[in-house]
Amino acid sequence: MGCTQFGERWHVGPNDLAIEATYEAYKDAGIGPDDIQACWFGTVTAPMIGIAGTVPAEALKLKDIPITRVENWCATGHEALRGACLGVASGTYDIVLALGVEKLKDTGFPGLGTGRGMHPVYEARRTSPGSFALAATRYFYQYGLTPEEGKRVLAQIAVKNHHNGSMCPKAHFHNEITVEQALSAPIISWPLGLFDCCGNSDGAAAAIVVRADMAQEFRSDPIYIKGLGLSMDCMLPHNRPGFEWTTFPSLVTSSRRAFEEAGIKNPRQELDIAEVHDCFTITELVIYEDFGFSPRGGAKEDVDSGFFAIEGALPVNTDGGLKCFGHPVGASGLRMTYEVYKQIQGRADLPQRQLKDVRLGLSHTFGGPPQVSAVAILGRELG
Amino acid sequence: MVGIASFGAYIPFSRLSRDDISKAWGRASMGGERSVANNDEDSITMAAEAIFDCLRGVERQRVDGILFASTTAPYKEKQCATLLAWVTDIGPETITADYANSLRSATSALRAAVDAVSAGSTSGVLVTAADCRLGYPRSDFEQSFGDAAAALLIANEGVVAAVEGSYSHCDELLDVWRTPEDIFVRSWEGRWVVEQGYRANMELAVSTALKRWGLVPKDFSKVIFPSPDARTHRRLAQALGFDEKTQLQDPYLATVGHSGTAHPLLMLVAALEQAQPGDRILLTAYGDGADAFMLRITEEIEGMGPRRGVRGNLASKMVLPSYERYLSYRGILDTEPGEPFRLFPSATVLWRDRSSVLRCHGSRCRVCGTVSYPIQRVCVNCRSNDDYDEVRLSDKPGKVFTFSLDNLAGRSDDPVVVQTVVESEEGSARIYCMMTDCQPSQVRVDMPVELTFRRIYEGGGFHNYFWKCRPPREGGNQDREH
Repeated sequence: MGCTQFGERWHVGPNDLAIEATYEAYKDAGIGPDDIQACWFGTVTAPMIGIAGTVPAEALKLKDIPITRVENWCATGHEALRGACLGVASGTYDIVLALGVEKLKDTGFPGLGTGRGMHPVYEARRTSPGSFALAATRYFYQYGLTPEEGKRVLAQIAVKNHHNGSMCPKAHFHNEITVEQALSAPIISWPLGLFDCCGNSDGAAAAIVVRADMAQEFRSDPIYIKGLGLSMDCMLPHNRPGFEWTTFPSLVTSSRRAFEEAGIKNPRQELDIAEVHDCFTITELVIYEDFGFSPRGGAKEDVDSGFFAIEGALPVNTDGGLKCFGHPVGASGLRMTYEVYKQIQGRADLPQRQLKDVRLGLSHTFGGPPQVSAVAILGRELG
Repeated sequence: MVGIASFGAYIPFSRLSRDDISKAWGRASMGGERSVANNDEDSITMAAEAIFDCLRGVERQRVDGILFASTTAPYKEKQCATLLAWVTDIGPETITADYANSLRSATSALRAAVDAVSAGSTSGVLVTAADCRLGYPRSDFEQSFGDAAAALLIANEGVVAAVEGSYSHCDELLDVWRTPEDIFVRSWEGRWVVEQGYRANMELAVSTALKRWGLVPKDFSKVIFPSPDARTHRRLAQALGFDEKTQLQDPYLATVGHSGTAHPLLMLVAALEQAQPGDRILLTAYGDGADAFMLRITEEIEGMGPRRGVRGNLASKMVLPSYERYLSYRGILDTEPGEPFRLFPSATVLWRDRSSVLRCHGSRCRVCGTVSYPIQRVCVNCRSNDDYDEVRLSDKPGKVFTFSLDNLAGRSDDPVVVQTVVESEEGSARIYCMMTDCQPSQVRVDMPVELTFRRIYEGGGFHNYFWKCRPPREGGNQDREH
């Protein structure tokens, strides 16, 4: 696999990012461009008319092979990985490139912008923080937390992810923060403040997906895809009757599917690492419960006890997560998978952040209004 | 008998202290305050509010016409009455027309409605008027104008105020005017405007009308003179022989300001709120001439249900923090628009989805009863296909299910956008919309809200309207005074 430096990469474009991630992946797998038989390419913020597979074709000079561009909101990186896996699993290809690239910092605005919907008036002022804040407000209300208490829980998630990111060279941000700093930060979309929101970054990540039975030919320590779950909620949560806003059906069903495929019965105990979609701190909190890491309403207790800290029983977002590593949308799913891949191999970039004896990990993205969730389970052993 | 069968009014939530205007320019204040349309309001949205107020307790099948009067219609070419028909869920088999260009256009529309119902070509015509005229910064008009709307239902059944006489004349003079390029109202010398324009025309109209009707001033319990200022109001009453203490309807100049085309109807609605059976009301309007109507209150007025009316609207308000805020709300100062939109405005999309977008219709599944907004062809609950009834949500109350206070999406004069998920009382349908006319810090889960039609942004060279929610106006619906 490969992953670029994330951050405000003013001096490079999407093609440069694609090259940076892919050539690291080539080297990692001991192959070159001639070995790639097909490519699934994910990016989100392309022009309205689409860009197809032009970026990898132009940048990587992949010659006369099928290149498919995919887009599934923030789950785009995972969608590229899924496409590559299905291509190999179908028996059509043996060696496939999954590539996610996003160049957010060419758009001229911070964040993803306003009017993130499908309709000129229904969602004209919808923003990402504005939508996820709806979940925070309702979560606080349902579990009887005052805004101050609720924000303090969320702040601890931001502090954890900043601590993890501070040790990660490729992350966008490297600063540690305190709970008090997080609580006193400017409000972006109440109740979410600055440190509840992920970074807007440029970046790319890539995976070489091969047949499991030939994986050992490329490396002695290949990582196996044990399960994939992708689920889309059937209606925009904002207008869906009865939607609870403290739990998201797509999170529940996508994780359940992936756990079933991987034979996981108790994710809280069986997983050694999880890279989950912390676009906002409230998202990570809700994911703890929807993935079965914490009981309903019990995530606060696990946050308070440090259960998800890097030295905790189930370390979550060990590379800083979207919060600190950054969130170039189409790249994120593959970047999270990259962290799990490296941790299982025992090859984290700095020894101080290498977890001990990692056998089974999860990577996850969650996108849209929000609406779509993708989960991958990775493991050291085949079968 | 033809006359008024129902009535309603709208005064924006925002008010501006005239002292704040005077301080900004270092000149005398007229005192009191004026109403100011919010930055998401215009004459169409205000008229829609007045119509909804007028339609309380009225079967929509009774309405077969909408006439809209304004000198500040948001389109020069494109009818506003049709938009109002869709927004208020009238028709489409209805006559529609816009009346414009004169402060007398509301009473011109009223006359046309009375004539049409009398002739039998229609049976229930809504006459609505709204204005938000701009005076030049520092001018007297800037202080004396206000923004408001009113609506009357003219019908031949259930009449609460019969139209028993009318009089009109025209006069040609350039007292106040705007060319198509003008944003602000121009005028000739003030004394000539008042003396030769307003007073001369009104005195002629009222004295001639009374003579023709064979009535004298004391025959009227209330007279409606939409005067430009309080002094002129009193002097006109004295000149015509009306008792200013008992017969003059409050012109609301100190609380609303002169609301242009809407003002005669706004004052009339206030008079109707307190009228008793047998009362005789004199309605007048001035602009390029003058109109006069004689109204007689019937026993039906006793059965009028509660409505927000003038009193209910006056009772709830938010005073703008500064004169500058008024300037930006009315577009006199440019505002930084906030983050750019990612969506392309589309006339075809708005047309295709007009039942949901304009009428605020949701779908009620005929199989399982689930109510969804916007209209869903496949039921989210039972997945029945194309098996639903449309249901109007615009006039149903709701409550906030969850919300956020978004600092990214606002314009610079209103930086906090309150995003809400509203749960409607109608089948618990969920509606995602912004909240307006509120204090963001006061928004809570479960707080009651009502829907209001607003102009949400400019794009594609046209105005994009949609529904928002707001806390119910504190004045609530007012029972009739007895």
